[in-house]
Amino acid sequence: MFSSLKMIVLRDLMLAMRRKTEVLTTLFFFIIVISLFPLGIGSDKQILIKIAPGVVWVAALLASMLALERLFAADYDDGTLEQMLLIPQPVFVLVLGKVLAHWFLTGLPLVLVTPLVGLQYQLPDVAIYSMMQSLLLGTPILSLIGAIGAALTLGVRGGGILLSLLILPLYIPVLIYGSGAIEASMMAGAPVQSYLMLMAAFAIIAIIFAPWATAAALKIAVE
Amino acid sequence: MNNQHLQVKQLACIRGDRHLFSELDIRLDSGQLLYLQGRNGSGKTTLLRTLCGLFHPDEGEVLWCGKKVTELGELFYKDILFVGHAAGIKLELTPLENLRIYMRLHELDVAEDALWQALQDIGLKGFEDLPARMLSAGQKRRIALARLLIDKAALWILDEPFTALDVVAVDLLQSIIAQHVSRGGMVILTTHQEVQLPDHQVQRLRLGD
Repeated sequence: MFSSLKMIVLRDLMLAMRRKTEVLTTLFFFIIVISLFPLGIGSDKQILIKIAPGVVWVAALLASMLALERLFAADYDDGTLEQMLLIPQPVFVLVLGKVLAHWFLTGLPLVLVTPLVGLQYQLPDVAIYSMMQSLLLGTPILSLIGAIGAALTLGVRGGGILLSLLILPLYIPVLIYGSGAIEASMMAGAPVQSYLMLMAAFAIIAIIFAPWATAAALKIAVE
Repeated sequence: MNNQHLQVKQLACIRGDRHLFSELDIRLDSGQLLYLQGRNGSGKTTLLRTLCGLFHPDEGEVLWCGKKVTELGELFYKDILFVGHAAGIKLELTPLENLRIYMRLHELDVAEDALWQALQDIGLKGFEDLPARMLSAGQKRRIALARLLIDKAALWILDEPFTALDVVAVDLLQSIIAQHVSRGGMVILTTHQEVQLPDHQVQRLRLGD
């Protein structure tokens, strides 16, 4: 089971390396959206610090939506998806592998560039640190929930828009607790830990239920 | 490979308002080949996809060695090989990489040399390391068919396998299929090409009449 999982992740990473633009698009989208706010609002430190948590998380949600549409669509179009549904493994292994690869390509890079964001918004070190923590916990949830939407809208015309309408509302809890954690870290005595623990709980629930729901949606989509 | 058999009982499939087929019974034993014939749109592809479990029948069941394939699940997938309409290959990857991924995901124990040999046998010598997007339609098809040479699955389900192949490749594929059947394998295919086999090894089924 683990060797199949590893192979699916490696396969998707290898494919991504062959078309680097798709990977870089997400990252640069995230950086550019975040950079636009200081440019538009000005360099008032108080305001920037106040909006930073929300801006970062909204940008992360939108960035993770970008590549989501192609998560299963490319494999669906060329028939490799049905081939992978016929491997002697449960379908959730396939889903988990694809989600994991999606996170490596779109979630992890966001976590790694957050210090850059912190500089632009003149955030204190603790805020940058908790920003990385909350993104590290939150972006896998985005990939997992997003996969359900990607599978449900597979083969639907104009699926991209439908996907955003379907998935963005489900991202709201992650947005609230993610930005909440960053804000809390900048207030003396506020409970950052409890925000992060709730996000960890979300992540656990998502990892249990999302692959199962995605697998069911995929089976319907290939019919 | 012997003693395996595929049985279809009272199968019915409906797509939208159309009854593609109903009360369909098939029994295929090892060392037999089944031709599926019928007009375009008569449900050949749907039947093949139903046999693989990609499509759920409205009635009836598919049995593999006496057990329902829906209950066998992944165990059944070890025994089948499906080549569909779409080639099921990644154009960004080379033929070799495509075949290697297929091998790993299907947990086949095939040496690296055997992969090269399979690609050479199927007529892709010299193209092993080129991205598949640079190859012709027939060559892409050959990558998909190279699976037949490395997979030890008992039941081959082939949807129009001869499409886009040139005369040499058609001959080659016919002999690969004949060899598989004579080894005791099973093949179900939709095609207009005939494979040279003794009569008792061949069954025919016409859909949509």
